[in-house]
Amino acid sequence: MTATVAPERKPRGVLARLRRRPLAVFGFILILIVVAGAVLAPWIAPYDPFEQHFDGLTIEGAPLPPGEEFLLGTDLLGRDLLTRILYGAQTSLIIGVVANGIALVIGTLVGLVAGYFRGWIGTILMRFTDLMMAFPALLLAICLAAIFQPSLWIVAMVIAFVNWVQAARVIYTETTSLATRDFIAAERTLGAGTGRILFRHILPHLVPTIIVWGTLGISTTVLLEATLSFLGVGVQPPTPSWGNIIFENQTYFQAAPWLVFFPGIAVLLLALAFNLVGDALRDELDPLQRGRD
Amino acid sequence: MNRLLASTALALALGLPAVAQEYVPDPAATMGGGIVVTYKDDVATLDPAIGYDWQNWSMIKSLFDGLMDYAPGTTELRPGLADSYTISEDGLVYTFTLRSGVMFHNGREMTAEDVKYSLDRVTTPATLSPGAGFFASIAGFDAVASGETDSLSGVAVTGPLEVQITLARPDATFLHVMALNFASVVPREAVEAAGDDFGRQPVGTGAFSLADWTLGQSLTFVRNENYWREGLPYLDQITFEVGQEPIVALLRLQNGEVDVPGDGIPPAKFQEVMDDPAQAAQVVQGGQLHTGYLTMNVNLAPFDNVAVRQAVNMAINKDRIIQIINGRADPATQPLPDSMPGYTADYAGYAYDVEAARALMAEAGFADGVETELFVMNTDPNPRIAQAIQADLAEIGITANIQNLAQANVIEAGGAGTAPMIWSGGMAWIADFPDPANFYAPILGCAGAGDGGWNWSKYCREDLDAMAAAADAIVDPAMAEERLAAWSEIYMAVMEDAPWAPVFNELRYTMRSPRMGGADALYVDPVSIPVNYDYVYVTE
Amino acid sequence: MGAYLLRRLVQSALILLGVSFITYVLLFILPADPVRQIAGRSATAATVESIRRELGLDQPFVVQYGRYLWNLLQLDLGRSYLQRSEVSELIAARLPATLLLMGAAILCELLIGITLGIVAALWRGRALDQGLMILSFVAVSAPQFVVSLLLLYVFAVQLGWFPIGGYGTFEHLVLPALTLGLLGSGWYARMMRSSMIDVLRADFIRTARAIGLTRTRVILRHALPNAILPVIAMIGIDIGIFMGGIVVVESVFGWPGIGQLAWQAIQRVDIPIIMGVTLVSAFAIVAGNLLADLVAPFIDPRIKLR
Repeated sequence: MTATVAPERKPRGVLARLRRRPLAVFGFILILIVVAGAVLAPWIAPYDPFEQHFDGLTIEGAPLPPGEEFLLGTDLLGRDLLTRILYGAQTSLIIGVVANGIALVIGTLVGLVAGYFRGWIGTILMRFTDLMMAFPALLLAICLAAIFQPSLWIVAMVIAFVNWVQAARVIYTETTSLATRDFIAAERTLGAGTGRILFRHILPHLVPTIIVWGTLGISTTVLLEATLSFLGVGVQPPTPSWGNIIFENQTYFQAAPWLVFFPGIAVLLLALAFNLVGDALRDELDPLQRGRD
Repeated sequence: MNRLLASTALALALGLPAVAQEYVPDPAATMGGGIVVTYKDDVATLDPAIGYDWQNWSMIKSLFDGLMDYAPGTTELRPGLADSYTISEDGLVYTFTLRSGVMFHNGREMTAEDVKYSLDRVTTPATLSPGAGFFASIAGFDAVASGETDSLSGVAVTGPLEVQITLARPDATFLHVMALNFASVVPREAVEAAGDDFGRQPVGTGAFSLADWTLGQSLTFVRNENYWREGLPYLDQITFEVGQEPIVALLRLQNGEVDVPGDGIPPAKFQEVMDDPAQAAQVVQGGQLHTGYLTMNVNLAPFDNVAVRQAVNMAINKDRIIQIINGRADPATQPLPDSMPGYTADYAGYAYDVEAARALMAEAGFADGVETELFVMNTDPNPRIAQAIQADLAEIGITANIQNLAQANVIEAGGAGTAPMIWSGGMAWIADFPDPANFYAPILGCAGAGDGGWNWSKYCREDLDAMAAAADAIVDPAMAEERLAAWSEIYMAVMEDAPWAPVFNELRYTMRSPRMGGADALYVDPVSIPVNYDYVYVTE
Repeated sequence: MGAYLLRRLVQSALILLGVSFITYVLLFILPADPVRQIAGRSATAATVESIRRELGLDQPFVVQYGRYLWNLLQLDLGRSYLQRSEVSELIAARLPATLLLMGAAILCELLIGITLGIVAALWRGRALDQGLMILSFVAVSAPQFVVSLLLLYVFAVQLGWFPIGGYGTFEHLVLPALTLGLLGSGWYARMMRSSMIDVLRADFIRTARAIGLTRTRVILRHALPNAILPVIAMIGIDIGIFMGGIVVVESVFGWPGIGQLAWQAIQRVDIPIIMGVTLVSAFAIVAGNLLADLVAPFIDPRIKLR
């Protein structure tokens, strides 16, 4: 008699499948850590982020390197770096994930529609994109901050404003190429509606690009927020954000490298984490790759 | 005709001593050689009527001359293009006798006509000069400023080398004004030929002339062989390189490529440089006529209450702030810097006393605290200083939200009167000339308190203004001490009202390459910042 | 092609007009008063008002903008408020440096990015791919100032292979171009990898391999041209970034580009310079995108210009 081995049950659902990919899990956990840090900062941070410790500076006024009392060292005003990084996670998440994400969605939609339909819709949309690209966003940010109070939301808006055009451009170019492919023509002959074509046939091929743009965008937007804050548009000191900690201290990177290194690593890890999850997601959503691992 | 003041010594020394001592040339000075100076910002213009920047101020001093000048490395007036001068007894008429044989860079000899032309030019609105207001005491200024005429009635050419200037009111600072860049003598034909581009093609009488200007990259000055001061300048040429990041300029200095980093030692490198004996030896430290202060708008609550303002003065931990900037300053007790004539040496100011400050706040009705805004300019180290001040204010119940903005925006808010508190760093007052009057009118007087003025605390006391005018009317050099005492009284009254909290007087650190020579004072010249180019030399 | 080009040129002109208008409006409503900047700290109220009158800044918006446009049509960008020099002169002095650096940097970005992207795609999933992915993210996350200074310190100061900043010779160009190239290559590498993976799975690639073409030939002659399309679009975007946003690299390497000019102008509200730089920038961006769109059909013949 031949014995039969019960077949291993294939997990259903994208999430379940993702769980089987170690890198994706790693990325997901990283994201959770950052979010937890941002939310729980008031409870888990060792010190107050605004407290300028008397013993946080040397006699000559230099910041302290990482040590027992201050795990990641202190900054130029004697404040604990670890605490400020924890509190800064909130700003960076809002900018890097929310603002960047919104930019991505808008950009993808515009590029998709313009690239598929071409004609006058495409022309209007792409020329509008050109206009937005040439637009002095920095000036707009300064004006907005001058009229309303400088705040994180102005920065988030301006960043979303700037970033969507870049994504739109790239998506547009890819869509124009995709739209001419034979399989699209085939779908049309079969009677598929526009929406179906756009979202079920073209969009999946754009997912890799979207993921690349979105994850790299996390880093660039966090750093851009620092520049905008410097000009007086965004968060005001002493509110910490990873970007502005890096920005304020970059001239000190030889004298006090921890001030640039640690927040920099934080930005890097956040972007990488999203990339790992995104890559895994892309593999799962890819019609040719599904089930092949 | 007014009687001339009797003694020449008195006539020469109007309120300031020591012109009798002639400058002794440095015996070790050698002729020849060139130096490289770097700056981060581009040089805006070399037109003496317009240039008012950190960079071009000393460059213009080397390209042009005025009737009066200062002994190098000091704040002592001495004759410049004017060989000698006399002052009428009522102090209203100055008669300057010009040197003969002074040549412009274009080869023409200077005459009294040029002096009149230059003064007319700087006061005419069409020139858009930021320094026009300095000449307000000259008779006929108002007519020129309003555009009615283009000639100052108070400036008259009374001989080929003689100019007579009549003032509308006695002005003790007038000779200082004649030493300002704005009073430099320019040749009419060169200005008319270049038009608006005179700032790019300057022609003056100075120790150097402009040989080359590659926009955005570098400027080259070369020695004026026909300079009217014998034996000067020592250097053959000076190359100014612009667009250089201060840290990189320092690296290049260490590499022997740069002689003077014009923007100074960046805060990030200060500790490293001073800890290295070899490098520290190349650093010259000096004072400046500078005060860093916190302004409080007396029209906005809670700073309309003098008790609150005094409390703020007592709450600021000046030593800690100076520690944050690596000890590069001395604590300040009053608006005037300690090297300024008229400084009240025995005044202790408001001592750092948090308890007393809290008591004052409670008395004023703010025991539960109050919220306000603190404006600051965004370049390092000012945001850090503002955050330190913010922490100090929190100790006495004031929650100061920081507005970290570009310079233009802070200036705007200050001028418009919408900023309750401003940390002056980066825009702090540095004296235009070494006289106590310079620290009053634009930043503490009623004139500057109007919309857009630089009196950001909007502090206006008519009686103090009257005292200031009276003090400046004391033109008799024999009464110089009285004048300074009058000014001291004025500033003491200001401190009682406490519209400001003076925090520190910044020290200046100029670094130079080992091959440069010259007295230390030349490298921290109070007037020619950062370096007095006419008198320094190279030793190789 | 001709009709398309003409249409695009007209649209581009309209875009530039739009940008000029929007920028002028923004500068107009900005609270910082340029006259105060010009008049300086010691000016009396009378001096300030006379300067305002002289510069025509007391005129209503329409008059000011109209005058600006009129001058613009004669290619006169006005004079800087604070420098008094012609804006066109200031920009022209710095534009060649910016264009040179931009060209060299994009070249570096492409060389590094495309190569690494292809490699990552070919070794997909392996350690090399993961390593390159991390490198790309490091490149994008690293602050420009720190990287520029590090490279300058190591290669120019310590090793002395290159001059410590400056402009003029090929040696001066290498470090700044490489810095920008390294920092920007992250984007190109990731996009190239992604695009390449997509293309390599296509049927025609398998066909090409099946009929015996060598791997290299397949990659370079068949896969690459198809995968490079999004990269072309990115170059257009890059041009926009370079025309305004590389102040940091410029100042560390002492490169006389328009980035420094623009940055200083914004800080001091020097309106003529801000207008001039924005317009020049806009022109380059619009031209860059137009070029990218014109090149696309050559890469992918199925795309038609419409």
